[in-house]
Amino acid sequence: MTTLIEAPPSDADGLLPTKKKKSGGGLGQYILIRFLLIFPTIFILVTMVFFLMRITGDPITAAMGGRLPPEQLQQRIHDAGYDRPLPVQYFEYLGQLVTGNFGTTLSDNRQVTEMLATYGAATLELTVNALIVALLVGIPFGMIAAHRRDHAPDAVLRVFAILCYATPVFFAGLLLKLTFAVWLGWLPVAGRAKTSSELALTGLQAPTGIYWLDALRSGNTAALGDVMAHAVLPAVALGLLTAGIFLRLVRTNLIGTLGRDYIEAGRSRGVSEFRLVTKHAYKPALIPIITVMGLQIAVMLGGAVLTEKTFEWKGLGFQLANYLTARDFVAVQGIVVLLAVIVAITNFIVDIVAALIDPRVRY
Amino acid sequence: MSITPSMEATVHRKAPLLKRLPVISHFNKSVGLQRGMLVVGLVLTATFLLTAIFAPLLAPYGFAQLSDADGSFPTQQAPGGKHLLGTTVGGYDVLSRVIWGSQTAILVIVVAVVLSIFAGVILGLVSGYLGGWLDRVLVVVADAIYAFPSLLVAIVMAIVISGGESSLFGGVLAAAISITVVFIPQYFRVIRAETIRLKAEPFVESAKVVGASSIRIMGRHIYRNATRTLPLIFTLNASEAILTLAGLGFLGFGIEPSSAAEWGFDLNKALADTTSGIWWTGVFPGLAIVWTVLGLTLVGESINDLNDPRLRGRKRAGNKGGPDSTAAAQAAISADVRSS
Repeated sequence: MTTLIEAPPSDADGLLPTKKKKSGGGLGQYILIRFLLIFPTIFILVTMVFFLMRITGDPITAAMGGRLPPEQLQQRIHDAGYDRPLPVQYFEYLGQLVTGNFGTTLSDNRQVTEMLATYGAATLELTVNALIVALLVGIPFGMIAAHRRDHAPDAVLRVFAILCYATPVFFAGLLLKLTFAVWLGWLPVAGRAKTSSELALTGLQAPTGIYWLDALRSGNTAALGDVMAHAVLPAVALGLLTAGIFLRLVRTNLIGTLGRDYIEAGRSRGVSEFRLVTKHAYKPALIPIITVMGLQIAVMLGGAVLTEKTFEWKGLGFQLANYLTARDFVAVQGIVVLLAVIVAITNFIVDIVAALIDPRVRY
Repeated sequence: MSITPSMEATVHRKAPLLKRLPVISHFNKSVGLQRGMLVVGLVLTATFLLTAIFAPLLAPYGFAQLSDADGSFPTQQAPGGKHLLGTTVGGYDVLSRVIWGSQTAILVIVVAVVLSIFAGVILGLVSGYLGGWLDRVLVVVADAIYAFPSLLVAIVMAIVISGGESSLFGGVLAAAISITVVFIPQYFRVIRAETIRLKAEPFVESAKVVGASSIRIMGRHIYRNATRTLPLIFTLNASEAILTLAGLGFLGFGIEPSSAAEWGFDLNKALADTTSGIWWTGVFPGLAIVWTVLGLTLVGESINDLNDPRLRGRKRAGNKGGPDSTAAAQAAISADVRSS
């Protein structure tokens, strides 16, 4: 939701009114309360996903139905325990989650947690790259738009921001691919690296899975260049999606702070316009940007699923899309829950960072 | 979402009904760039609506048509000749599918937004007005869904509803309900916040004194006042509904090509074509999505900005901007304070 971002919601909304008043400050207590709030969030999502996915039937019928004779299907359902009452299955599932067991996929019989280890790094790399693109595009352009408000640059940049939002990430990816990979041939079409560099990088001792980091560590410049070339298009496709939101956010908040008296005071003392925008007005506008950045992580993870599918970027989203096609709902559920945990933890970290920067957030 | 009481109440009270209608009053308030954005948005949205309504007349072929009197369509034919925008790998006519796709899009938007407004408004009113444990539970649940990537919520719902494959109505309904679940928390938030604010107003108190029931107070007194911002959320969510639908389709959760045309699904199929330089199968459905979302977003954005006196462009009286415009904005804000 782009326009609703002016007042980012806080998870603590109306939840702990009495405690809020009593504490009256204290970063430690705030962190603790905020930390404890992670658990109900995850718990609710896990519960909802579990029951929703089971309403329609068991995953084995979904994955194998029609391909196995009925007796064999029944046998497999029985073996997996899907014919037991739902509450029993639910508590067993919760127990497994607590011990870090997210289930085993049906289609290729792998541990979901192992999948995270294999593909999580790729998704992390993509998301971080995209975030860098988004910030590099969004913040400077937002500053220009705010400073030149209602003039030509502002108009152009606002239209650009709306276009960023209006273009689905997979369409942006498709256009980028067509232009830069197929027609101009400057960049590779898909994937994370050439097979040769992929082999070189995964063969390293204790690889991080983040390819450019691995390439840097091993000093393999050829592989580094290859990995970088592969990373550009996906990062730009996913980054532009968020860049538009950052641009508008920076613009709106800067317009707010640029109208304040202290800016006028600074100007009358001869502070340069550049400094006024980039230092004086920008700092107070930073807090909402950080909060929204947290919310954007969720949007980006959703976008990462689509971007990974577009560019065959072998990360969690790519796997998710594959399992969806294979109707392997155990794997889908595992990945969804995993992403829920990641989102909850990221939001926690963002709230803490916001509190560190701005003491007023700490209640 | 800053809920700024709109100015119509104070400024246009005596204006004729026509001028008080949402979009028209916004148009009259707008100047320069803002008016341009609003007009462009309205034009784009209008073409989208007209295309959807007149799809049967506009489309040269049916969305699932593979042959005509002259035999079956060629596959992956470049734009031109009988097929203005070319044909897909399956032999569908791209132009026809783009045009028919607008109907699917509009169906999904209408069903999704109506359902989510209905559910979100009721939940928001009840939660905000009654408060207590119900309120807390609903807030926690709504926050949990809100914080979650909306595409994933939609995927889970799509699995629940259709198990993946679907007919036209099954598919439209599945997509619409998936999107609904994503949006309910947003309506819920806005309406709940408004309800809590309005609950403390004197007119609610007087209704209580007169003996009105809770349901009547919620349904008449608060509902009327709390839903002023809904048209804005409607336009914004309509655009997001299209993006979510396209995302679902792109992941293969769309509507089967034989039961309806859906842009996201076509883009999914077009992905493999790009490597061999076949651009028309992907570019045109994609442009249709951008066209529609852009139109709806421009309208929504403009209304949002025009409702907020701080963001609204000022009509310039004589000299260019400067201090007098600040004064105008200040006057607008104080007018708001008085009206609320």
